[in-house]
Amino acid sequence: MRSNESIWSITSTFTPMTPTDSKKLMQLLEAAFFVSDTPLSVKQLKTELLVNYQLSHQQIRDVINELVIKYKDAGVNLVQVASGYRFETINALSDDLAFFIAKLSKEKAPKYSRALLETLALIAYKQPITRGEIEDIRGVAVSSYIMKTLLERNWVKIVGNKEVPGRPSLYATTKVFLDYFSLTSLTQLPELLPMTDLGVMDKTVAETVKL
Amino acid sequence: MPREMVQQVLPLALIRGETVVEKPHDLFIPPEALEVILESFEGPLDLLLYLIRKQKFDILDMPIAPIATQYMKYIEVMKEIKMELAAEYLVMAAILMEIKSRLLLPKQAVEEEDGDPRAELVRRLQEYEVIKNAAQQLDQIPRLERDVFQAHAELAEDFKSAVFETDVELDELVSALQGILKRTKAFEHHHIQKESLSTRERMALILEKLKHAATTPTVFVEFSELFTVDEGRQGVVVTFLAILELIKESLIECVQTKVFGQLRVRLPQ
Repeated sequence: MRSNESIWSITSTFTPMTPTDSKKLMQLLEAAFFVSDTPLSVKQLKTELLVNYQLSHQQIRDVINELVIKYKDAGVNLVQVASGYRFETINALSDDLAFFIAKLSKEKAPKYSRALLETLALIAYKQPITRGEIEDIRGVAVSSYIMKTLLERNWVKIVGNKEVPGRPSLYATTKVFLDYFSLTSLTQLPELLPMTDLGVMDKTVAETVKL
Repeated sequence: MPREMVQQVLPLALIRGETVVEKPHDLFIPPEALEVILESFEGPLDLLLYLIRKQKFDILDMPIAPIATQYMKYIEVMKEIKMELAAEYLVMAAILMEIKSRLLLPKQAVEEEDGDPRAELVRRLQEYEVIKNAAQQLDQIPRLERDVFQAHAELAEDFKSAVFETDVELDELVSALQGILKRTKAFEHHHIQKESLSTRERMALILEKLKHAATTPTVFVEFSELFTVDEGRQGVVVTFLAILELIKESLIECVQTKVFGQLRVRLPQ
């Protein structure tokens, strides 16, 4: 992917821009990211912000990369998440900022229960998954409140129905979920710790049946 | 004087003046604390995992008897403190008892069955533990609102929003009407009385609505909001005629903020 991009930047037809043009373009993108409440994708920038500029996706990406570099050592970074780019505060400031933000907004960041996180993890890792399957693995009923919260936060959505009796809904995670966790794709989720090999277990178990 | 060089056993703790050398086999947990602990379990699998991990048992080779006994103790406590016991906990108790009894059967009988009776429970425990860990890891990922915050800037003071107001073509009005007529079909069983609906009266009504809307921040009224679908086809047509008449007399304006967007109606500015 990376090498591909570098080839692109060499071969892409580059309309020469005057220094003032490119400076303004960078300022424009910078302003757009700051003003928008949601991440902005390259496609969105091209069709909604830069309609009057004849720019290729690659050219826009180049400007974004310049902005990323510009903010490299700042308190906010331009980062890529699932649905585009956004400016966010850097991780190193989190602890100090947390108190301040809590004071500003007079409310704490929502704390999510273990039950909710386990349900969310199951949907993230095993999607598409039905509620029944979630309950099977967790060994307890999933409360409607949890599903409602996840759906309302737009972290999960119903993507279809499983073709089994009752046609239960199949749940999957959304881009909003990835954005929230500053991920660009599901592949960035931490790897699951491997389950101990069941084949080996059968043998050891057979040898030592303790009571 | 040579001192006796006997190494003293280091006491683990000092409780009421007495030294405690040996670690107690099972720490006493006050009932109130236990209640908190119990409530923190995410179901029977979680409780079982806790018991197994606490005793440092190998999950693949867990001794069912002591675990089942402990599990039942917890269940008893839960009952005593009148915690509402989810059915899942009782199901798990039954599963543990079943495994225990099957392990008690003579070996021959066990071998007839395919494999270890614990296998299914072990598989479920492992599967649950994977997700439990995944949830913990998920919680560690820096997330918006808690660890990172989206940066935001205000617009310049003299910023003026550009609102596109495209002229509405007649065919767009017609297609909007068609949409509303389609919706009236659902109400067609309503037999409206042949009370003649006056276009003029409707015009006045619409103007009144718009005048009211003009006092609200939106100023506009959605095109479709001017219609009362359950009046049936006739009512809709009368309203449409009234709107056309009002536009013709320049008493109202019909605008569209974006292509294919909702038509909106307002008093002339």
